[in-house]
Amino acid sequence: MIDSHSIRKNIPALANGVAYLDSASTTLKPQTVIDAMNAYYQEFPANVHRGVYHMSERATAAYEHAREQVQHFVNARFPEEIIFTSGTTESLNMAARMCAQSMRKGDSVLLTYFEHHSNIVPWQLIAQEKGVELLYLPVTENGEIDVEAFDRIIKPNTKILAVTHISNASGIVSPLSQLVAKARAHGMRVIVDGAQSAPHMPIDVQALDVDFFACSAHKMLGPTGVGLLYIRKELHDSIEPVVGGGSMIREVSLHSSTWADAPAKFEAGTPNIAGVIGFGAAVSYLHSFGMDAVNAYITQLSKKLYTTLESLPYIHILGSSSHEHQHGIASFIMDGVHPHDVATILDQEHLAVRAGHHCAQPLMKLWGVPATTRASLYIYNTTEDIERLKYALEKVYSIFHRN
Amino acid sequence: MYQEEILEHYRHPHHHGKLEHATKIQAEHNPLCGDKLTFYLEIKNNVVVDVSFEGEGCAISQAAASMLTDEIIGKPITEIQQLQKEHVLNMLGIELGPTRLKCALLSLQGITRALNS
Ligand SMILES: Cc1ncc(COP(=O)(O)O)c(C=O)c1O
Repeated sequence: MIDSHSIRKNIPALANGVAYLDSASTTLKPQTVIDAMNAYYQEFPANVHRGVYHMSERATAAYEHAREQVQHFVNARFPEEIIFTSGTTESLNMAARMCAQSMRKGDSVLLTYFEHHSNIVPWQLIAQEKGVELLYLPVTENGEIDVEAFDRIIKPNTKILAVTHISNASGIVSPLSQLVAKARAHGMRVIVDGAQSAPHMPIDVQALDVDFFACSAHKMLGPTGVGLLYIRKELHDSIEPVVGGGSMIREVSLHSSTWADAPAKFEAGTPNIAGVIGFGAAVSYLHSFGMDAVNAYITQLSKKLYTTLESLPYIHILGSSSHEHQHGIASFIMDGVHPHDVATILDQEHLAVRAGHHCAQPLMKLWGVPATTRASLYIYNTTEDIERLKYALEKVYSIFHRN
Repeated sequence: MYQEEILEHYRHPHHHGKLEHATKIQAEHNPLCGDKLTFYLEIKNNVVVDVSFEGEGCAISQAAASMLTDEIIGKPITEIQQLQKEHVLNMLGIELGPTRLKCALLSLQGITRALNS
């Protein structure tokens, strides 16, 4: 069970009374997570995997403990399948580079219209370098990913499916199991952008049957600048590292090197130690509720968000018309008012929402809007936040339509 | 921030539309909000004799464009080139955070660039 009122007491940033509705961008941080990171900086701020002295060993133990916490969070089989990165963006760039190692000119990658720029631009860079082609799954009339188009869009040399689990601009949940089944049937590798799904629902990388899974700690109560890349163990030997440096080597000579075993092989340099420890604390905090409870709470609150917004005739939610596969996020426009003006007036009413293209310009183009206002939910939000949103939106509309 | 004057300019922007006899055309884009504004200037003997702008945007960027086009008509280029951001902010009469500042200054940027091109 989620008791949002007791969770709110554990979030210092909520003390100022803001209705925080921008968690899809980044979530607020519980005191527990802040304390875990402070403990590292205050008590054992040593490097990991290096010193033989006590402080360093304590740091290493805390760092590796976080790896196990995160491993269980996504239900990976082995801790070494969890690679710590600086966040989803780096994870997706690394996954793309790793997959590109075995791709040749004329090969292609299948993406969707719902991708965040961080799952588009890395592939464009690879396309320029290697001459691989980018294919896109279209959107159905109902506004969701068109699974039926899969077989029509792919080509004999389509090697990779790289897809978001939940779209950050619309909240639409991808039909992942159907997509993965199709990709498997064609022998494609699968990369999943879980930046929005990992905070909201139980993730089981084994059941999802994916090769790579990326997410960011800061969207699930953890700190910024840290995330994970799950890499299926069977791929570890065939993939070359994409970042070289300290910690990831076995032996270095002047002209060549050999690699350490994973996860070190894929984690060059001094990592974000405090961040990783905070990430561990965040998933352990979420684990104390259970991700099924988190999912149920946000699903229920999302329904309230959609019905409330739809009760205002001048608000139009973008994305799926049924909201059946929409989760935690509402992207909307108000008649006659620019999204930035909506967000600025909401800010004056002490509500935090996002306005812009949400790093999904191709989707904005498809929707035919330059930008939207986006409200997104997390476990500390309450129905009162949604009531405040409604009241503030009524105010925005009346300011702009006085005459 | 949304005073009546700004809203009035937003609802009924002055000099909105295309200019047939433009001698300079400049497009400006604010990637943050997706706003795209195009400025048309007709210049004769180093004086801006007519100006207009086209495109959608937020209330701040539309009001700034509307007020600034009012302001520069009939002025010599050299005078317009002296205009600073403080001038636009005074004209709008509001305080803006760093993000919204870009909306307010989009038209000054467009007009200055058109004159310098
Ligand atoms: C779906 C999705 N993918 C990727 C990202 C990028 O995450 P980060 O900025 O943490 O690297 C985000 C965050 O905005 C996102 O929502």
